[in-house]
Amino acid sequence: MCATCGCDANASSSIKHIGEHDHGHDHSQHHDHPHSHGKTIIEVEKDVLHENNLLAQRNRGYFDAKNILALNLVSSPGSGKTSLLERTLTDMKGEFPFYVIEGDQQTTRDADRIHATGTKVAQINTGKGCHLDAHMILHAVQGMKPVENAILFIENVGNLVCPAMFDLGEKERVVIISVTEGDDKPIKYPDMFHTSTLCIINKIDLLPYVPFSLDKVKSYARQVNPALEFIEVSCTSGEGLSGWYQWLKEKVPVTETV
Amino acid sequence: MHELSIVMSILDIAEKELAKSNAAHIEEIELEIGELSGIDMQAFDFAWQQAVKSTKLETADKIVTHIPGEGLCMDCETVFPMHELYKPCPVCGHHFITLLKGKELRVKSLVIN
Ligand SMILES: Nc1nc2c(ncn2[C@@H]2O[C@H](COP(=O)(O)OP(=O)(O)OP(=O)(O)O)[C@@H](O)[C@H]2O)c(=O)[nH]1
Ligand SMILES: [Mg+2]
Ligand SMILES: [Zn+2]
Ligand SMILES: [Zn+2]
Ligand SMILES: [Zn+2]
Repeated sequence: MCATCGCDANASSSIKHIGEHDHGHDHSQHHDHPHSHGKTIIEVEKDVLHENNLLAQRNRGYFDAKNILALNLVSSPGSGKTSLLERTLTDMKGEFPFYVIEGDQQTTRDADRIHATGTKVAQINTGKGCHLDAHMILHAVQGMKPVENAILFIENVGNLVCPAMFDLGEKERVVIISVTEGDDKPIKYPDMFHTSTLCIINKIDLLPYVPFSLDKVKSYARQVNPALEFIEVSCTSGEGLSGWYQWLKEKVPVTETV
Repeated sequence: MHELSIVMSILDIAEKELAKSNAAHIEEIELEIGELSGIDMQAFDFAWQQAVKSTKLETADKIVTHIPGEGLCMDCETVFPMHELYKPCPVCGHHFITLLKGKELRVKSLVIN
């Protein structure tokens, strides 16, 4: 049982607050049962993701209370999530308090890249796990203690399948696809496009060299999610990034500045 | 392979229910898995075999009820079977669809003794 949050998921992940001390905890549980006889049917009727969803709601409540814009960035491996964050954190420095949670199976390489921009970052290593879950976010956020009116980017593990199922408590989910991946991704991995509100199409500097149709990818994605918004960018050349920065500014909940 | 963490969550739910009771064994577990839940049944069965070893579910019968996907077209209000998230409404061809069924991922019941 996790004393801090009362949950008892089997955590095999570790959280490192880059530039700080390590943090982690063990979860274990044990039950003893007296023997008895006779069959009983228990009508459980419980959502398998119930525990995750409860914690996600808890995170969401925390973010709402502190007026924090939490975004869950999802994509295939290598679509450019970390590159987009590096650019964003550099170009928008000083405009908002930023925080980043990095999810990877191994290493702190992505967190080190974020740390280099001067942003507070926590790295979650999921080990064999292929997605972040709400419990990991809860602990990462506890360690970060973000200030109010901030923007929190959560870079999920590069994987278009599993992260779709796990609500982290984010305000919006942003799916990133790069033009080198093929324009039929949205119908091959529909869940991710179904649950996202914004699709960033990255690496448009490579469009002349790859068979990728912007029209096709959008039309496939709209089949899955007609309300999906699109922003085309190149993290390398910087093209289109102003559209993304504008989107961010519009999403930040307006409050009275004290 | 999120199927493994799904199986772990099921195990967690089952063991908690068992602990609340006076019983010692789980004979049977009934699950509902929707067609559009994102579960790959082959991966799920494989993960199950691995994960239930030496747990209370090791010897339990697993009964899976598959729930077919069902969509509601927001334009013409047709209710239709939905096997893929990207298929349009078969009547009007539009894509504004609300999922009615198929996302289920539930532990329905346990038989314990
Ligand atoms: N040409 C080009 N390359 C890019 C662009 N954005 C990112 N890259 C390159 O793509 C590679 C992967 O970028 P990352 O930002 O590490 O991608 P990621 O999504 O964070 O990857 P994972 O965390 O491993 O899933 C790097 O070599 C980047 O330099 C772009 O706009 N154009
Ligand atoms: Mg990355
Ligand atoms: Zn915990
Ligand atoms: Zn997975
Ligand atoms: Zn219709």
